[in-house]
Parts: sequence; C-alpha cells; structure tokens
Amino acid sequence: MELTLWTYEGPPHVGAMRIATSMEGVHYVLHAPQGDTYADLLFTMIERRGKRPPVTYTTFQARDLGGDTAELVQRSIREAVARFRPEALLVGESCTAELIQDQPGALAAGMNLGVPMVSLELPAYSKKENWGAAETFYQLVRTLLKDQMPPPGTPKPSPSRWRAEGRRPRVNLLGPSLLGFRCRDDVIEITRLLGEHGIDVAVVAPLGARPADLIRLPSADANVCLYPEVAGPACSWLERSFGLPVVRTVPIGIGATADFLRELHAVLDLELPAELQATDGRPSEAERRSRLPWYSRSVDSTYLTGKRVFIFADATHAIAAARIASRELGFQVVGLGSYSREQAREVRAAAAELGLEALITDDYLAVEKAMGEAAAELVLGTQMERHSAKRLGLPCAVISSPLHVQDVPARYAPQMGWEGANVIFDSWVHPLMMGLEEHLIGMFRHDFEFVDGHRSHLGDGAPSMAPAVDQPPPGDAAAPGLEREATTATAVAIQAPPTVAGEPSWMPDGEAELAKIPFFVRGKVRKNTEAFARERGLASIDAETLYDAKAHFSR
Amino acid sequence: MSVSPAPLPPPELLKESGQREVFCGLTSIVWLHRRMPDAFFLVVGSRTCAHLVQSAAGVMIFAEPRFGTAILGERDLAGLADANEELDRLVKDLLERRPEIRTLFLVGSCPSEVIKLDLAKAAERLSAQLLGRVRVLNYSGSGIETTFTQGEDNALLAMMPLMANSDEEQLLIVGTLADAVEDRFRLIFERMGIPTVRCLPPRRSTELPPVGKGTRVLLAQPFLSATARALQHRGATLLQAPYPFGVEGSRDWMAAAAGAFGVPDARIAEVLDPLVERGRRALEPHRQVLVGKRLFLLPDSQMEIPLARFLARECGMELVEVGTPYLDRLLMAADLALLPAGTQLSEGQDVDRQLERVRAERPDLVLCGLGLANPLEAEGIATKWSIELVFSPIHGCDQAGDLAELFARPLRRRALLQLS
Ligand code: SF4
Repeated sequence: MELTLWTYEGPPHVGAMRIATSMEGVHYVLHAPQGDTYADLLFTMIERRGKRPPVTYTTFQARDLGGDTAELVQRSIREAVARFRPEALLVGESCTAELIQDQPGALAAGMNLGVPMVSLELPAYSKKENWGAAETFYQLVRTLLKDQMPPPGTPKPSPSRWRAEGRRPRVNLLGPSLLGFRCRDDVIEITRLLGEHGIDVAVVAPLGARPADLIRLPSADANVCLYPEVAGPACSWLERSFGLPVVRTVPIGIGATADFLRELHAVLDLELPAELQATDGRPSEAERRSRLPWYSRSVDSTYLTGKRVFIFADATHAIAAARIASRELGFQVVGLGSYSREQAREVRAAAAELGLEALITDDYLAVEKAMGEAAAELVLGTQMERHSAKRLGLPCAVISSPLHVQDVPARYAPQMGWEGANVIFDSWVHPLMMGLEEHLIGMFRHDFEFVDGHRSHLGDGAPSMAPAVDQPPPGDAAAPGLEREATTATAVAIQAPPTVAGEPSWMPDGEAELAKIPFFVRGKVRKNTEAFARERGLASIDAETLYDAKAHFSR
Repeated sequence: MSVSPAPLPPPELLKESGQREVFCGLTSIVWLHRRMPDAFFLVVGSRTCAHLVQSAAGVMIFAEPRFGTAILGERDLAGLADANEELDRLVKDLLERRPEIRTLFLVGSCPSEVIKLDLAKAAERLSAQLLGRVRVLNYSGSGIETTFTQGEDNALLAMMPLMANSDEEQLLIVGTLADAVEDRFRLIFERMGIPTVRCLPPRRSTELPPVGKGTRVLLAQPFLSATARALQHRGATLLQAPYPFGVEGSRDWMAAAAGAFGVPDARIAEVLDPLVERGRRALEPHRQVLVGKRLFLLPDSQMEIPLARFLARECGMELVEVGTPYLDRLLMAADLALLPAGTQLSEGQDVDRQLERVRAERPDLVLCGLGLANPLEAEGIATKWSIELVFSPIHGCDQAGDLAELFARPLRRRALLQLS
C-alpha cells in the first residue's frame, strides 16, 4: 500500500485507451465500474477531442456481482461490435474487474465475433499507464501480424532492398499517441524531415492508423521508434520476428536530430549527405536548418550560460532535455529525473554523464523538494512541475506528459527535428528572458516608473510574502483536468522561513542587503549564507556575513 | 408550511440499464474537503481511483491536498492481514505529517469492497489507537455502490453516529453549501426569527450539530437520500420543499423552513419578497436568452430534476428529456410536482441510446458530463457541463441569476462567434 496524492501516470487500462483512441477502427470493451468512465474526459477535455473515445464500459454494479457479470460482459461485447463495427476489438478489464475474474478476453474468444480480437491482460496493481499503452500496442501488432510471421530461419529482409525494388526507402513512425507530448506535430515534422532525405513514411501508428495499416508494417524497410515508452516492445518484436531494424535515436534537439539522420542513413544503407558528415567539432551544415544553433551562439544568449536547470519528465523527454540543456544551450543541469521506471536505466546513465544522480520517483513532493534543494533557476518538467515551480516562484517550461489542456497548443509546435529545436529554444528561453527583465525591473525599482511587485508574466505565482493558500476562492470552479490557475498567491521558497531555535537569525541590515539581490537567486544566497553562518557557529547574520559567505562560495 | 407531496404528474418514466457515463461517489471528496478544512479523505483503492479524483478535481493547484489514495498493491491483495497493517502504518505516517487533521475519512472504493477490506473495523481500530485525537470514520464512495454525488450522502451518514441526541428546536440545513451562500441563508433565517440554524456538514468536522425531535431538516441538495432517512430515524422532521435553485425554489425552500417554525406568513413575505424581486431582476436578461430553448438533461449529478424545474418554470425552457441517475420520489416530490405535465423523465442510463435520442431531438442545449461535452459540441449541439454545478455557489434567490447565466453562456457564446 502506497500513499499517493497525485499520480504522473494513470492505470494501465488508460494506456490501452490511449492506443484505442489514437487509432481508427479499433474499439475497446472495458469491464469496469461506472466511475472509470472519467477517463473519457482526458481525451475530450485535455486533447479537446470532438469524438468520444471508442470505449464501451460494462459499468457493472454491486448488485450485478451476485448474478452473472459474465453475461453482462458478453452483452456489452455483442452490442459494441454491432453498433461500432470495429475492424479490431480490444477486450480488457480495469482494476476492479481484475479482482472478480470474469476473464472478459476468454469470454470474447468464445463468441465468434468475426473481427480480430485482442485480450488485454494489464495488471492494474503493479503496472501503469505507459506500460499499458506499450503492451496494448504490442499485443495489437502481434495479433494482426502473427499469421504473416516468416518461419524461423528465414533470412532477414535487407534494409536496402528498396534499391533492388527500384523505389524510395520507407520507414514506419511508431509510438505517437494521444496524451503524448506534441505527437501530432512531431509526426508532421519528422515526415517532412524524412522527405527531405528521400525517405517515405509507410505507416504512422498508433496515431491515426487503422488495423489494416498495422498489417502493412512489415512492408517498411525499418521502424523509427519515436516514443520508446509506447513503441519500444512493438519495435523489438518486429525486429525479432520480421527482421525489421529499429532506429532508436529520438530526434529531439540539434545533436539528436543529426544523430538520428546519421543512424537512419546507416540503417537504410543510404549515402550520408555532406551536410551531415562529422566536422571535427565545427558546426555541421545540416544544423543551419534550425535557428537554435545561431540563437544559442549569438551574444544575447550569453546570459544563459550556466543557468541552473532542473529536469523531470518521462524518460524520453528528460534525456533529450538534458542533452539540449547542457550541450546546446550552455545551461548547467542541476537535477535530472523521471517517473518512467521502465526506462530508469537510461535516465540514470544520462544523469551520470552529467555527474548527477537521477531521481526516479513518482512522488511529486519528492520532485518539488529536489527542485528546491537544487536551487534551480529554470524548471523543465510535466504539468506537475509547472505547479511546483509556480509555488517556488521559478520559471518553468513543460516538456512532457502528463499534460494540461494548455500543453496542447493550437499552433504548430513540434519538439522533434529542426523546427522542434526552434520551438524548444523559444519555449525554454522565454521564461528566463522574462526573468531577466524582471531582474532589471528589480534593479530599477526605486525608479518612479517601477513599482515593486510588478512582475507581470509570473502572474500570481510570483514570489510573494503572502501566506500559503491551498484553496481557490469560492466560486472559482475548477473544471476537471483544466483547473484554472490558482488566483491566490502561493507560498514561495524565497519567503523568509520561520526562525528555528539554534538557527542563525537575520539582522535587519543583512535582510536589507539580501533584498537587493535579484529575486531568482535570492533563495540560493539565503540558503548559502545560512549554511555558512551555521558552519561558523554564528548566531546572527548581518550584511558582512552575507559578503563573507559570498566570498566563501565564489569559485 | 410543508408542501404536501402532490400527486405526481404523469411524467413518462423511461428506465434504462445500459452503460452509464457518470463518475463514482469518490468525486464528492472534491467539494467535501473544501467544506471541512480540518478533515482528510483517504481513499483506499487503486491507481484508477487516485486518477479519477485528480482528474475530477484538477488537484494540481494544491500544494498538499487534504485527500489522497492509499493504493492497494499486489501484496495487499494477497493477504488482508497485511493490508490492514499497511493501512495502519500509512495512516500513522499521514497523521504525523498533518497534525492539523481532526477527522480522517477512510473512503471505500470498488477494489477495497470487492476484496472485503473491512474499513469500518479499520476505522474503529484506528480511532482507538489515536485516542480521540483524530476521529476516524469510513464510508463507501465506490462506483459499484454509488454515483457521483452519492458520496456526500454516505459521508454525512458516516458522521451521524457522532451527532449528539438533543430535542432542542433547530433548523438543520443538510448538504454542502458554499460558505458565502450558507452565511446568507443564516442571515435570512435569523431575520425571519428562526432561533437556531445549523448545518451538516459543518465547517469544522468536530462541530457536528445534534439531532432529535426538535430538528427540522431542510435539504440543500437533492442527493442525500440515506442521510435524510437516517435523520428521520433519529426523530428529525423532513421538511418538504423544492430545492433552493432559482428564485421560486429558493423562496419556497426558505418559506417551508420558516413556516415550520411558526413564522407568520406576513413576516416571511416581508423578508423574502425583496429577495424574490431582486432575484427576478437578475434573472431576466438570462431568461431572455433561454426562453423557448429546448433542453436535454443527461443523468449525472442527481440535480437534474430540480434544475429542470427551475429552467422550465423560471427561464421558460422546454424540457426534451430529464435524466436522473436514480429517482428518489420522496426527495424529489416537491420538484416533480412542479415539473410541466408530461415531462419525459429517464432513470439510469444507456449512454449510446440516450445519445441517439439527443441526436434525433437536436435540442438547443444539453446538460452533460465532461466526457460528452466536446463530442456533442463537435456535432453542433451546445452543452453545459454538469460538474460545474456542484462546485459553484448556485443556491438561493441571490444566485438565481448566476445559475441561469451558467446555462445562458453557451448559447450567448454561440451567438457571438462568427467564424465562417
Ligand atoms: S469506479 Fe470504483 S475503481 Fe473506479 S475510480 Fe470509482 S471507486 Fe475507484
């Protein structure tokens, strides 16, 4: 038993719903009680879908339990097939039905439905949403393709057979799904990128695919595993069973996009264009296709140097962000973590490269604590970190699921490829840039034009001495999944902590000096100065102590 | 002046038992925890339960919410002994971290009920261990037993054994109200000369009202079937009145209470008439938008019947179908009596069939849950989310305008948008 106040991932059947809802022609019959229908709103509200998810819930009740819930399952399946005429059917159960063991999959198997049927076994008490999505996608692919499987010992198809067949090479893009981060636009961007290199896209799945499209998967020369959280197991199975090679570099950021193209060219036995050739550290020509490299080199970006960045996301986006932050923007990564336990090893490796220990957890309070302790100046995270950062008065950009409705923008905003890098530059640097403007406002705050506390963009999350309030004002009804920003100021790390016995206390001149320091480093200076004073057994901190500490900590 | 249950109009009642598209009772934690800031709601359930509550609540604005889920793991399923031990440990940790908590609700879920984890016993055991420092109660919010708003009914029922017996004369308002709305009602009842007014749930979980022969119960919410009956068992009188939605409903509701305390009609009129007049004025601009428009109410919060009554009688809307998750004729008597004759009622749900009826009827506005709103909008049918109604202050004459505005807004918006 584990106490959870907020969870990054839903249960595994929500992962299955993501696959079913991303696709066309698939229907999911879920043996589940009525409350579980809440999951529909994730799609209709957060993703603003104009269609109900293709899910039929049995909505069994306590009074059904004495009787024949199996009959209810069969009736639901029969009616769903008749009403929705799916091209493939998923049958499964949520946490409660798992306990009553009606085995809906087995029931469906005995029904002669005349459509391909996948019986999903997604252990609700040990697995989570992403695992459920990956397993569902894999099971669906396997079910639809198992008849086509070449007998063991068949030689692998050559990934360069496109040449012999006199056509352009083609690949599948696997993993994009609803409630994933910016998948819709990534698919467009990567399709365009591949087109520029003469590579066609055979199938995109699950997003927008029909079961018939999955049957065509082996016709491609390779699979591109765009989102390993969802497509990892399916890609591995296709590699084992059909000899389809997998391109595993995720093209987020300049370096990764170039690496992705190099890996792709190698796998497909395509000649590497000059612009992608290694250049002994000098910029490769290809990166000119994005503005990020020049923007990052331009003098205006000097102030980005060494900015302390805290990253927490799904594994794919966390690892990508760490690379971009440290190598392409010149930030200092001061924390890296993920809630994706399945990919913990990769995240740990990425952290180790940066001299960090990865934070693998699904306790958002632990993440918030680590964020505060790392004295971050910018947070890259999920919508949960956006809230935590707000409480701490830190700028934040969302880089990964779980999403808020505002993380599904109307505009084109991919993360992958050259354009994705542009989007990333803007969306990570703007919060900081605004921070710098705030700094200037702070510096000039005695000027008549500036009023202290005028911190427009941080809005109500700006540092404030107001007490913590965790209740929205009455009547400020929060729409589920779309809560409005709290309109009350929330507690902030910069707020003076209560005096604790034995802790050094701040003298008025010390506080006054501290107040002159820009707000976004003030918390860190306060902490360092207190640590310095404690170390030296000082009972009080005045302006001199502050400067002594500054000298002590300066490198 | 109780309104005696009038003979039912001959509404057609359609009973359905297919797929429901309704939240479970866990959802009511979202407003109950706001009402009682010294209480913590601990769901004993699965990751699904945790995900439901956070999706319904938009929890993310809270630093540390006063609700959480003890997620059952495989080990807990394997042995109930372990599960009980684990629960005790987890509760101890939680209460150490949150010393301000005075009442802990253990909220049962489908999984905890199916594995027969005895939360009543757990509550007793924990209460004893905590030596009265924190009271531990339990109730079911499971989807196999409760829909959406029924969670509040069960929560109130769970508090009832802690309510003292007293035959003191009092008016007991039952059902969560926004604090500001409650203050208004208290003031109005005071003006009419009702000496003692108390509320269930109270603002502080430890300040429970007593109950007994002198108690007259005025239900503020239409979904408290079990609580109402249990209060009657304790000697209380249940006042019959329409629910306080809209000017008319609010007036009748307050007047029913005043009448029960022997307040003369003249005094009632003196206090309420100005409110009615002002309420009508506030309502008027929205009534103009709503009048003659056809409304379809899908079953969700159990507030559908009283809302339909308000929207038909005071806003001039035409009722196409009024769905309700379940029909409690005792609690709905006064509102049913005021529905236009021949109103099509439906109880339970078969969501696909019901949506077919919606499409066939093409109403001007549909009241529905969040899972259905955008899909209907995409089909060109205007919607109003029902969940907002349980979070917004909508009770009383002074809120009647706001309540009507919630329904008028989607129609106004459609009239404003000129996109093609
Ligand atoms: S319906 Fe049951 S399992 Fe689902 S969220 Fe509600 S209590 Fe939990």
